[in-house]
Amino acid sequence: MNDAKHSRTLTALLLAPAGVFFVFLLVLPLLVMLVYSFGVRAPEGGYQAAFTFDNYLNLPARGKAFTNTLLLAPLATALTVLFAYPMAYFLAVKVSPRWRNAMLVLVVAPFWTSQLLRYYAWMMILGSKGIPSWLEWIGIADVRLLNTPYAVLIGAVYGFLPLMVPPIFVSLEKLDKRLLEASADLGSKPWQSFLQITLPLSLPGVATGSMLVFILLMGDYILPQFLGGGKVYFIGNALVDLFLQSRNWPFGAAVSIALVIIMFVTMYFYMRFVLGKTDQRRVAMV
Amino acid sequence: MRIYATLVYLFLYFPIALIVGFSFNAGKYAMDWQGFSLAWYSKAFSNPLILQALITSLIIAGMTALLSAIIGTMTALGLERVTGRTRTIFDALIYISIMVPGIVIGISTLIAFVTLFNMVNPLLLSLWNIKIEMGIWTVIAAHVLFNLAVVCLLVRARLTGMDRSLVEASEDLYATPMGTFRQVVLPLLMPSILAGFLLSFTFSFEDFIITFFVAGPNVTLPIYVFSSIRRGVTPEINAVGTVVLLSSLLLLVIAQVILQRSEKIAVAKS
Repeated sequence: MNDAKHSRTLTALLLAPAGVFFVFLLVLPLLVMLVYSFGVRAPEGGYQAAFTFDNYLNLPARGKAFTNTLLLAPLATALTVLFAYPMAYFLAVKVSPRWRNAMLVLVVAPFWTSQLLRYYAWMMILGSKGIPSWLEWIGIADVRLLNTPYAVLIGAVYGFLPLMVPPIFVSLEKLDKRLLEASADLGSKPWQSFLQITLPLSLPGVATGSMLVFILLMGDYILPQFLGGGKVYFIGNALVDLFLQSRNWPFGAAVSIALVIIMFVTMYFYMRFVLGKTDQRRVAMV
Repeated sequence: MRIYATLVYLFLYFPIALIVGFSFNAGKYAMDWQGFSLAWYSKAFSNPLILQALITSLIIAGMTALLSAIIGTMTALGLERVTGRTRTIFDALIYISIMVPGIVIGISTLIAFVTLFNMVNPLLLSLWNIKIEMGIWTVIAAHVLFNLAVVCLLVRARLTGMDRSLVEASEDLYATPMGTFRQVVLPLLMPSILAGFLLSFTFSFEDFIITFFVAGPNVTLPIYVFSSIRRGVTPEINAVGTVVLLSSLLLLVIAQVILQRSEKIAVAKS
């Protein structure tokens, strides 16, 4: 009896600090933000208590930020998968186990260096003194790359390739090679085996990687700020503007809530359909 | 395939090489090579603003990593001991704190702190003539929220893969629960705690967006870098960036070696 009580106290003590963090830095702030989103902007900026849905009805005023984000984030995620998959395949299948880990670390390493500086480097590469001036040299004039959607897409592939490769790599590496042998024995051509075995079995890795990258892209600020230069802006840029420049906190709160809701709804459907399907496939395989 | 891989590595490292290269540029402007020079290194490391920003960043990242490693591990251990509703709620909170974008965490923390300060400060001022405001501690608090969830997930992954028979053997040999924890469980969890510590340190050290909202007047290195890039003056930043880059690559290699060695020891022991 005493022992059980003792044990319960210990459990409570172990969980208490995290509980405090979750309540005071996650749940309460999100609730405060929800309350703010129904308020009005105080004359000097900030928040004034009220109860109105105007902020939500006014969301189309930042519609461009929403459409940009909802168009470019999934597109950039798909492009990253496209570029990451062959790389992961190469590392998991073609490279000898001896070098495999070292080469994977080389792919991931850039992610651990300053994001700001890496995107800044791309500002230089895509800027007027970079690729456009090289193209001009070979006769293609007037190419503008920086501050276009293309720059944002290139930056996204560059920035998130290091995150996308490892999960795909893991799912390809633990793939049972005997399945491929069996498939070859049964007369499949290599591309048939790839389409029918390798690809479906590596989908969980693709799904994990895409989820990671998609989450980070949806809330990104630096990438569109640097490579979109105020012309191609995301919800994150609209939020910084609303909170720090125009100081319209209630409207900013409504935009934040909308972003969180969009994220959770997409994640829900994503998990339900994409992950659900890959699970079924795995079951069907067994 | 091999050509493709080479191209990917070039794509990944060319921008980094550009930063490192231009940190040795004698000239002041980006993409305008004026000859080799180490001047920006000595300028950067005698610039009090940069040094202050670096120290602030190191303090924030160090404290965040320490607190996240401790609290994250405690949470993982605690969650092993509960089932039912408590566990579901904690699981949900962990995933929510990872899924909510950093920018929303930054903004909501800012709003919540400002609201709290507005309520508390008049009282504090009249009682003791002090007031609380945004500072390093608000940044640490916001960073720990995200990172404790990351550490917790890492440690839990290790806990589920852990061989229960080791704990049972230790109990059979009359070790006290604390003894079992110190001599069996903790050493087994150490690699993932360490990995979590290094991850948290890097996330916190690199974070721009959360810090941007909750740092108040404090300037961390990413905030300094951001404002210099906005002004377009960066040669000093290239130099600092190169040093930070090389140290983080070094840390990564060290972490890799630690993880591999601990795996080898674990294999050898079993």
